[in-house]
Amino acid sequence: MSLVARHLEAHGIPTVVVGSARDIVEHCGVPRFVFSDFPLGNPCGHPWNADMQTAVVRRALLLLDAATTPRTTLRAPFAWKLDPEWRERYNRVRPEDRERLLAAGVARRERRKQASHPGGNI
Amino acid sequence: MSAREDGLPVPYMERTRHYYRALGYETDYVWAHHDDVPFARLSKPFRESTIALITTAGPPDLSNRDARNRKHVWSGEVENPPASFDTDVAWDREATHTDDRETFLPIDAMRMLVADGTIGALSPRFHGAPTDYSHRKTTEEDAPEILRRLREDEVDAALLTAL
Repeated sequence: MSLVARHLEAHGIPTVVVGSARDIVEHCGVPRFVFSDFPLGNPCGHPWNADMQTAVVRRALLLLDAATTPRTTLRAPFAWKLDPEWRERYNRVRPEDRERLLAAGVARRERRKQASHPGGNI
Repeated sequence: MSAREDGLPVPYMERTRHYYRALGYETDYVWAHHDDVPFARLSKPFRESTIALITTAGPPDLSNRDARNRKHVWSGEVENPPASFDTDVAWDREATHTDDRETFLPIDAMRMLVADGTIGALSPRFHGAPTDYSHRKTTEEDAPEILRRLREDEVDAALLTAL
């Protein structure tokens, strides 16, 4: 998504990215970014909270006009209070997970191989 | 201090590296990185501008995927969006869900901001950007195609929401 924003911007269309993976977006480098400190999946706000979603989108739109330099990041002023453990849990790898994850990886690679060679004809 | 205690953003690149190593992948993914960042300014007053939405979600019938399951750019109408979306990308399935479209494709919120005069108009089409492991495909195929569609729609700016 960040690469798309950069391409549009380089061709004269101003952009603003709304997302939750701050490190990835800023590593790539985008002109304008609204950082929503929420679990991945809901960059515009809590599910079914239209007021919060509108507030996040409004801030993003205002940034289109207000930013004067690239790499402008604005942190949305909302917290994820639905589940206090989410930060620690996402994609964690505990010692007791290793055997299961390795087996999952083998199965995943096999599925991908099948999907990219349907019917084994390629 | 843990991420929970200090409220620091989740280090997704580090987490992802460890997770995929645990899955048995031997080579780490290399995220796109650029020192220079392009910057364009609005060509007309903000309140007269037409804004387009761009999402990483896909259509429910997976019609944006080819026979090899590769995703391509797709478009939908804001007046008649799909009832559901393909959200089969990496997001936090333990903490939340994607049942509310407005959390990742805020059509209703944009309409409200048009109605109150914040912006001029919402572009009639929204566009779907594939999330792809290949930087080359994104920069040489998908991004130019989205640019072409935005120009066709005569939009002034774009709001990109990443699942």
